Amino acid sequence: MPDSLGLLETAGEVSQPDGKSVADQVAMPERAPSPAPRRLPAIRVLVRGARRLLGTHAFRLAGLYFAVFVLSVLGVLFFVYWVSADFVERQTEATLDAEITGLAEQYAQRGLSGLVQIVAARSAGDRGDGMLYLVINRDGRPLAGNISGWPPGELARSGSLSFHFEVPVNGQVETHPATGKLFAIPDGYRLLVGRDISDAAAYRERIKLTLLWSGLFALGIGLVGGTLMGRNMLRRVELVNRTAERVMAGNLSDRVPRRGTNDEFDQLAAHLNGMLDQIERLMTGMREVTDNVAHDLKTPLARLRARLELALFVPDDPAAQAEAIRTAIEEADRMLATFNALLSIAEAEAGARRQDTELFDLAEVARVATELYEPLAEEQGFAVRLDAEPGTMIHGDRHLLSQATANLLDNALKYGSDGEGGKIEVCVRQTDGRAALEVCDHGPGIPAPDRETVFERFVRLEPSRSTPGNGLGLSLVRAVARRHDATVALSDNGPGLKVRLEFPAAADTS
Amino acid sequence: MKLLVIEDDRETAAYLAKGLSESGYAVDQSGDGREGLFLATSGSYDAIILDRMLPGMDGLSLLGVLRGAKIGTPALILSALGSVDDRVKGLRSGGDDYLVKPFAFSELLARIEALLRRGAEAPSVTRLRVADLELDLLTRSVKRGDKTIDLLPREFQLLEYMMRNAGHVVTRTMLLENVWDYHFDPQTNVIDVHVSRLRQKIDKRFERPLLHTVRGAGYCLRAQE
Repeated sequence: MPDSLGLLETAGEVSQPDGKSVADQVAMPERAPSPAPRRLPAIRVLVRGARRLLGTHAFRLAGLYFAVFVLSVLGVLFFVYWVSADFVERQTEATLDAEITGLAEQYAQRGLSGLVQIVAARSAGDRGDGMLYLVINRDGRPLAGNISGWPPGELARSGSLSFHFEVPVNGQVETHPATGKLFAIPDGYRLLVGRDISDAAAYRERIKLTLLWSGLFALGIGLVGGTLMGRNMLRRVELVNRTAERVMAGNLSDRVPRRGTNDEFDQLAAHLNGMLDQIERLMTGMREVTDNVAHDLKTPLARLRARLELALFVPDDPAAQAEAIRTAIEEADRMLATFNALLSIAEAEAGARRQDTELFDLAEVARVATELYEPLAEEQGFAVRLDAEPGTMIHGDRHLLSQATANLLDNALKYGSDGEGGKIEVCVRQTDGRAALEVCDHGPGIPAPDRETVFERFVRLEPSRSTPGNGLGLSLVRAVARRHDATVALSDNGPGLKVRLEFPAAADTS
Repeated sequence: MKLLVIEDDRETAAYLAKGLSESGYAVDQSGDGREGLFLATSGSYDAIILDRMLPGMDGLSLLGVLRGAKIGTPALILSALGSVDDRVKGLRSGGDDYLVKPFAFSELLARIEALLRRGAEAPSVTRLRVADLELDLLTRSVKRGDKTIDLLPREFQLLEYMMRNAGHVVTRTMLLENVWDYHFDPQTNVIDVHVSRLRQKIDKRFERPLLHTVRGAGYCLRAQE
């Protein structure tokens, strides 16, 4: 993903140069270098910025949300308008129906004259409810009512009708809209009950206006918010991208800045930083190892070369020659052993092959290793005591653990002597479901400040430099421990060294 | 005894051919997987020594095809890939033994001899014998002459392996692999001490020693000097 911004930028520039498509240029080759419109640099920068902003995922996302937001705001507004307009209309209609029903009853009880009387009474004076009445005879002449004449063309229709009528307001005549209902009286008489709906129309207009303004306001807020959100996201993604670019350029110690808000971006930054830490650690480790390997193999190579050269010096003495070659081969074998140890460590450290784990008894591994070393230990004056609890099962690579145990025993024999041998204890126990393997000696031990460094490859402490060994034994032990999510701790055995490998509870290691 | 060497590295192949011929074997060579497979299926060889990474067809596939065709010629895989997984994979694909490069020639010779014997050995042996030393696999007892020798379980296994390979050199690595199931070299002479303990038990107080040290190679259990 670090490339995406750069790509978009170039894409923008390629399609931009003078606003001409490729087809235009092909069709009119003679005008190929068409004059590019001269833009001020500032505008060009702005345009490029806008193009880039438009091309970003953050902005597209914000745009999408904005579109959804606009649609839902429009929907809500339309619904509000529709519901309130409809409500007013229904109310008017209900009033008209009630009036007609009431007047029809009056007509049934009191006849035409009674109806005319009531209509006249109701029409007298402005009652402020905007009700309109008109009764006409067979010829269309008004008998009673508060409108001047029957609305033209509406004579034959029954049901609701809309019309306009004239009304004097403050000495002037205004035309108001009205809606009404017709009631046909026998003998050709007709009754019209209507209502002035100019207020309702004004109300409707008002709603329309209110909704329009609130809609515009919401859209404005949405647009500004979306842009800000998009820009904010963009800026944070760019921080990550810029860091990634710097890291790729070689600055491995650069890190993505964090805000401390612990949101997704912060978590992303934390993860990326963790990844970079790990990479940096591995790179440093690798460099050290390479340096150490080169350095530590130079000495045996020099010896090997010297011995082979020696063989050349004595062409007349086949026995001496053979001896020189034989020691050269031994030297080569030692170097190969060093390489093998390095490979074993690398194999254990790679640790990716979880599927190769098996469930096995750690006590059995300790038993076999102890048994293998016991005769040699005895010969060197050591007494080895095994205290292993059978059935201490762990998940892992049995061969690697055998090798680690053998290395620990080997170390104990090499460095754990108190002058004339001593005691070595191998102990496998399980506490709180956690299996642990301990190898203890009663030799000089390792001083506390050196207890971490001895795990490094090729590190050999001063007094042991003269003994055979490659300084890889404990490195392998630690690599194997890490592979099994186990901890390895060196401590004082008072006197001596105690190495303790502690494995996670069996349920966690599967 | 006729051997087929399938190895694409010329120098290694020449070194193998020369060494094996000098040890008395007739050697055919191939530097290509397909050609090697053709030779292995058409010729009659006593054992095959093959590399894992070969042009044309890799060693493990070759073995797979060979075993699929019911050709059981003993095969020793030679490879630079030396992790336990690699060995297990090699042996599961039909290899009878696995030797990691670089190797000592004496180690290779000892292993080839062991392979050739494995093919000839009667499978239902219950009693092994070298001179007057006798090992009973059923009662798990050892006698020399009419004297019973008490051995620890591991010593018994060690002796059994050496008796099965009587008259031939067994290397320290072979012992570690076959008796202890350790596929790495502990870099200390642990094996030597075990063998010398065994020697104490089977040779001491007897006139003729049976267990011999072969300098620069390993050990050999044999009746004659």
